[in-house]
Amino acid sequence: MRVAVASGKGGTGKTTIAVNLALALEGKVPVRFLDCDVEEPNAHLFLKPTFDHERVVSIPVPDVEEAKCTVCKKCGEVCAFNAIAVAGGKVVTFPELCHGCGACARFCPSQAIRERSHRIGILATGRAGSVTFVQGKMDVGTPLAPPLIKAVKKEMGSEEAVIIDAPPGTSCPVVTSVDGSDFCLLVTEPTPFGLHDLKLAVGMVRELGIPCGVIVNRATLGDFHVERYCYEEGIPVLLKIPFDRRYAACYSQGDCLVKVYPEWVPVFADLWRQVERMVKRGARALGNQR
Amino acid sequence: MQELLVISGKGGTGKTSLAAAFAVLARDKVLVDCDVDAADLHLLLRPQIQSSNEFWGMPKAFINAEDCNKCGLCQEACRFGAIEDYHVNPHLCEGCGVCSRLCPAGAVVMRDHLAGYWYVAHTPYGPMVHAQLGIAEDNSGKLVTVVRQAGRELARERGLNLIIIDGPPGIGCPVIAALSGVSLALVVTEPTVAGHHDLERIMQLAGHFRVPVEVCINKFDLAPAKSREIEEYCRAQGVEVISKIPFDEEVAWAVSRGVPLVQPRGGSRGGAARAVRSLWEKLAERLDVLARRPGH
Amino acid sequence: MKVAITAQGPNLDSPVEPRFGRCPYFILMDTEKNTVEAIANEGAGSGGGAGIAASQALINRGVKAVITGQVGPKAIRVLQEAGIRVYHATSMTVRAALEQWQQGKLTEIS
Repeated sequence: MRVAVASGKGGTGKTTIAVNLALALEGKVPVRFLDCDVEEPNAHLFLKPTFDHERVVSIPVPDVEEAKCTVCKKCGEVCAFNAIAVAGGKVVTFPELCHGCGACARFCPSQAIRERSHRIGILATGRAGSVTFVQGKMDVGTPLAPPLIKAVKKEMGSEEAVIIDAPPGTSCPVVTSVDGSDFCLLVTEPTPFGLHDLKLAVGMVRELGIPCGVIVNRATLGDFHVERYCYEEGIPVLLKIPFDRRYAACYSQGDCLVKVYPEWVPVFADLWRQVERMVKRGARALGNQR
Repeated sequence: MQELLVISGKGGTGKTSLAAAFAVLARDKVLVDCDVDAADLHLLLRPQIQSSNEFWGMPKAFINAEDCNKCGLCQEACRFGAIEDYHVNPHLCEGCGVCSRLCPAGAVVMRDHLAGYWYVAHTPYGPMVHAQLGIAEDNSGKLVTVVRQAGRELARERGLNLIIIDGPPGIGCPVIAALSGVSLALVVTEPTVAGHHDLERIMQLAGHFRVPVEVCINKFDLAPAKSREIEEYCRAQGVEVISKIPFDEEVAWAVSRGVPLVQPRGGSRGGAARAVRSLWEKLAERLDVLARRPGH
Repeated sequence: MKVAITAQGPNLDSPVEPRFGRCPYFILMDTEKNTVEAIANEGAGSGGGAGIAASQALINRGVKAVITGQVGPKAIRVLQEAGIRVYHATSMTVRAALEQWQQGKLTEIS
């Protein structure tokens, strides 16, 4: 089962939930953890994996062979991303704007453009205990997250439990991360910010057709509007974690709740079972419809 | 005209609450919410919308089923895996147009695409520009650019010389769009391993774009040792932490009631509120110094 | 010779727009024919590379000099590659900027 952990608002405890879930399942079932928050990957700070394999992730960008180039300007015309200009009798390229679509090379009438690799980040795999850990880390100054997220997701594997830590928000990098999951856990906090951004996140998973459940973090610091919204929308609230200075201190050191307070292990293990039941029920419901 | 960007790298550090407090304390300014993906500033500032504007993203490919002869060329050529069974998945299409140029039957067209809205609004604290990107949309960087541009025009029109920007989280495309060319960036971090990690990345990014930076640590007393570590890191980078704001339940309480933490007169005397007021004074001074810099 | 000035509006009395890539209009003046033309900057709303798109548009129209406030590093590379000279002007009308340029009073950006 593939479960994505996402949240409309940043800093609600998405990584905390994903990491503790992985640790609670470790030893019970094979677990794979994918950190898709490639702009700010944080899960490794808590799971502390040892990486045994790293590779550079690149996108193909144009490389112009001047001898063959007739300066016809076709490449500049077909580039939808302003990554190519033709000036002073030569082609000027800007790899940092390129999306790697290949239009310039494909449509160059004199085959003067070949493609070369342009680095956007690093894909690292390793192990944290018995958890297989995969992380994408985008180079600072690179604007393009989705190709790196796709590279992380290619390392999906067939473990019984695959946990995906998604970036915050609801836009394209989030969709790329969450798409294809069996279930999405939406982490929020009981504040107007949390509620507003939760609604956006629910809209996103519904658009993708992925079933979801809500986790309310710092549940004692706020109001009841999030829970009322979930009730009205028929979204299950699967877990509530109270605010506790001790938990905050534990998090700030990079320690994990289930390690320091083992009474949380069964809670997270149970969360996984609940999700599993819902996914099976959903699959059955779909089966019944046909 | 000066632009102050409040930014964080990591989400949930208190960026929006601080931006809202500055909105109350600063004079003669325009407010801009560049967190177009999950805009929250309006929840505290309660804007009355004066104009609502459409935001058009990159065009997306669409296959006319009647004209499609199912040759599969488009599917093969698409680098984004956006075409399957002669159908375009709009979430994956990046609008490069390769499929449309390639289609021998002329069945693939590039369609303009309404990706969200942006608003010019009135708040009790001054004019505001904010936006809402459609759910599951890309092009947030482009929308950030549009919103910033609208903010600058508004400032010029009304003769206001400061723009306060609430930035998006992360270090990707929308952050780069929000960061480039601002006068000063205030990075709001928290005393956690994740906060520290993300602070380093956002500082690198600001350095890359040569933007002057100030750092403040929010909720510093939840982990004093971690706070000291962050202060040391900043010092090594040649930046003094400009402010340390204590954890204060009053902040969550203010957010819950949907009001800014501070008021122009009176208001809270709590620890966080006091720290935020003195932070604003320091920032205003810093902005003054930057404005007087030669070449500005 | 054709010169382009970044402008906030479509005529000579509009203020010079300080931003190059995202200016609303370019005012094009042909110094030989003594004609003036305003063109909308279609690349102003680009996600990225607005300055590159604007430079390309001016190159395609045979512009040899640009008057503006600030130009980004990418755009300046394209303009220089095309041999276009860039001059700095702010807080004045397009008309005033043109006069000062003709009198050689504007400084060149490089």
